[in-house]
Amino acid sequence: MSLLPRVVLLIGLAFAVLSPARIEAAPVDEAFSGFASAGYDTIEKAIETLAASGHPTAEAVLNALEGGNLFVREADGAIVYKTKDGKVLDARTDAPIAGNAAESLKPVRVNNRIRRAVKAALGSLTLLNPRTESRRVAAEAVFKGRDPTALPHLEAALAKEKDAGVRRVMEQARAAALLGTDAPEAAKLAAIEVIAGRGDLEARALLASLGRDVPPAVAKAAAAAVAAIDGRLAVWNTAQSVYYGISLGSVLLLAAIGLAITFGVMGVINMAHGEMVMLGAYTTFVVQETIRKTAPELFDYSLAIAVPLAFLVAAAVGILIERTVIRFLYGRPLETLLATWGLSLVLQQGVRSIFGPTNREVGTPAWMSGAFELGGLTLTYNRLTIIVFAVVVLALLMLITRFTPFGLRMRAVTQNRQMAASMGIRTPWLDSLTFGLGSGIAGIAGVALSQIDNVSPNLGQSYIIDSFMVVVFGGVGNLWGTLVAALTLGVANKLLEPFAGAVLGKILILVFIILFIQKRPRGLFALKGRAVES
Amino acid sequence: MAGWRPGFTHLLGDRGGLVLLTVLAAAAVLVPVLNLLVPPTAAFHVPTYLVSLLGKYLCYALLALSVDLVWGFCGILSLGHGAFFALGGYAMGMHLMRQIGTRGVYGHPVLPDFMVFLNWKELPWYWHGFDHFAFAALMVVLVPGLLAFLFGWFAFRSRVTGVYLSIITQAMTFALMLAFFRNNMGFGGNNGLTDFKDLLGFNLQADGTRAALFAASALMLAGGYALCRFVVNSRFGKVLVAIRDAESRARFLGYRVESYKLVVFTLSAVMAGVAGALYVPQVGIINPSEFSPANSIEVVIWVAVGGRGSLHGAVLGAVLVNYLKSYFTGALPDAWLFVLGGLFIAVTLFLPKGIVGTVPALGPGRCWKGIDAATTQLTRLFGGGRTQL
Repeated sequence: MSLLPRVVLLIGLAFAVLSPARIEAAPVDEAFSGFASAGYDTIEKAIETLAASGHPTAEAVLNALEGGNLFVREADGAIVYKTKDGKVLDARTDAPIAGNAAESLKPVRVNNRIRRAVKAALGSLTLLNPRTESRRVAAEAVFKGRDPTALPHLEAALAKEKDAGVRRVMEQARAAALLGTDAPEAAKLAAIEVIAGRGDLEARALLASLGRDVPPAVAKAAAAAVAAIDGRLAVWNTAQSVYYGISLGSVLLLAAIGLAITFGVMGVINMAHGEMVMLGAYTTFVVQETIRKTAPELFDYSLAIAVPLAFLVAAAVGILIERTVIRFLYGRPLETLLATWGLSLVLQQGVRSIFGPTNREVGTPAWMSGAFELGGLTLTYNRLTIIVFAVVVLALLMLITRFTPFGLRMRAVTQNRQMAASMGIRTPWLDSLTFGLGSGIAGIAGVALSQIDNVSPNLGQSYIIDSFMVVVFGGVGNLWGTLVAALTLGVANKLLEPFAGAVLGKILILVFIILFIQKRPRGLFALKGRAVES
Repeated sequence: MAGWRPGFTHLLGDRGGLVLLTVLAAAAVLVPVLNLLVPPTAAFHVPTYLVSLLGKYLCYALLALSVDLVWGFCGILSLGHGAFFALGGYAMGMHLMRQIGTRGVYGHPVLPDFMVFLNWKELPWYWHGFDHFAFAALMVVLVPGLLAFLFGWFAFRSRVTGVYLSIITQAMTFALMLAFFRNNMGFGGNNGLTDFKDLLGFNLQADGTRAALFAASALMLAGGYALCRFVVNSRFGKVLVAIRDAESRARFLGYRVESYKLVVFTLSAVMAGVAGALYVPQVGIINPSEFSPANSIEVVIWVAVGGRGSLHGAVLGAVLVNYLKSYFTGALPDAWLFVLGGLFIAVTLFLPKGIVGTVPALGPGRCWKGIDAATTQLTRLFGGGRTQL
């Protein structure tokens, strides 16, 4: 028995089995025969009919058509399609076509117009998909397409829809589609209201594109809705700026907090503070390199490993600096400033000699990459982590100063060095430890900064002036002052940026601080009492 | 009480100053002569690049002198003097830009090249007048002076002192740097002002002009030194030293501390501006990086290396450190920051008085001792001294 008669027999059998359905679904037959046509109009009509019919194979067939896998069998004009795994199935029944019937298949003609039609048809088809997410995506697609022909499908889908979220999207899609029809004015006004409820850029674009050929009342409502959406978006944009500002503020806080401690306790402006931050960042780099070479599976923990190490490295360097240089310069703050500036140059050049002048690659662990949406806000995980991290560091530091003997002594020395010394506090030791603590925190800040900035020998330089501003603005010897100053400067900077531009915004902030210092020479939260005189 | 005599008679007793002035006068004559009149093949010929290099050092020395005046004698550690220097330089640069005329790349009769490039249609108002040398010279003095006056007016009256003052002077120069980097400020943005052609009709590339600029720098430095010496030796200068050593006591004695500080700060800024104006035609460019805070801190270390509070030490330090910089950036570029950083540390730790205060041969002459004695007397008068800041 040759192959062809066998196939014919099979098809005949299938027809026999499905004949009742065939009688019921006469338009579907029309649709299927339409695919065999050479005219695009007929094919497009076939697509619409098929989609509207809700035929069980409709989705598969349309997908096949889009991918160029729908064929007309030349022998009898039957429509078949090829699945991804190479099987050939009958388009009407999903019955497998045996053997190499593929030989005599002619693809159904497809052009861009057909593809568009297929897309729209698929959108309305999947409105009935059992998966909620598919239905939502389909409804969104209809919203964007604004195809009035989808209206009946939407109505049908809405009647069956139970999920509230999907229902809302479907209603918006229906409203969008409705605006394209010649529906009565009242219906259009209601539709505009529904669309305005979305409040995003898509809705704004849709409403703004309505144009002049609509009744004046509708145009007016649309304009009002656009204005409302603009207002809403402005609020979200401000919120986003504030978030960026808090993020910048937390970075400033991390960079400045160590400086605030050393300045508060020792009256020493440590110009090499930025280089401690840089050392922390390079420690992160070394940790990650080591992990990459020896134990790649630990990479997600690399930052957790780097934090204590960065603290130790920076604290050790800090104590070394204190013991070898700063110790000899107490009571001469300006000389200390110069000497630590010299140290910062040496440290920079040292790192440049060891690691090279170019940026080093520090990776982000998987759990820190990505972002999520909150209302109209986009929050990235790494920024969020840094904010949380800064808060944790600040809290820890406050606990240390408040509840440990070391903290108690630190506060005593800040308030009155001579008196503290007479009460038996070993101030030289305390100075060393404080300097170590401040430097160590700078090192931790370096770990955080390595995630959002370039790790290069100049990393510290770019933060040192900002950190000074924070400390000077916030006042000495008060961590709350540092927190308030960092957040204020960060948020003000980011709020100014949209109006003034990044550079001018920064200049304005600097000028503001210079003027502020005239008004309150000791910062926002100045220590009262005799400590001020020193 | 030799220190109390006013006027230039002091220069007679000031050994270091006399040496300095003699050297400067000799250089102002000899270097141009050796450059212009001695044939290039002769052993004593001074090549033109060296004339410009030395001229640059002298401008730096004048800048260092101005820092020494406020820091060494009044205890104001300004980390923003580079800003005054750069402003003076920009004023001169604007004049030089206007002198280019139609010889620019775009050949525009009025607008400098960068404005044509940015599609500007007319000269901004603050560029007007700079085509006259006299106006530009006035601005060289006025702009830094005015900025310093305003800044000092606020800062000193609010009693911002010590480290706080240093930090906000640094913030000032940083803010100016950011501002001048902006293209729409009208100062050439990132690239600054360059491609100068001539000054007062003399070609800037000509050997003669360069020698003349060198001589002018030397004379200006000598004049600046004489002026500083006059100021610090006057009664006014004594009060400055008193303020440096015990500000509160000077205030309690009835001196208006903020006025003294304001005058000396403004004077010093003007000197820095003049230094910048002489610097620009010799190096041929001025750009916003001159405002960078690192530059201003570097000036302080020149003063510290030479010897703070000695004036001629500042000159010596500026020339010495810049010579080292020229040498190292040429021979061992990687080592320069180690050297500079090391200098900062070593000088503050081991040479608090700088070279002049440490090496006896360069040490204080009679006059210096006079000042020292006067200072001691004053501090005793004020009821016991504090160690200097």
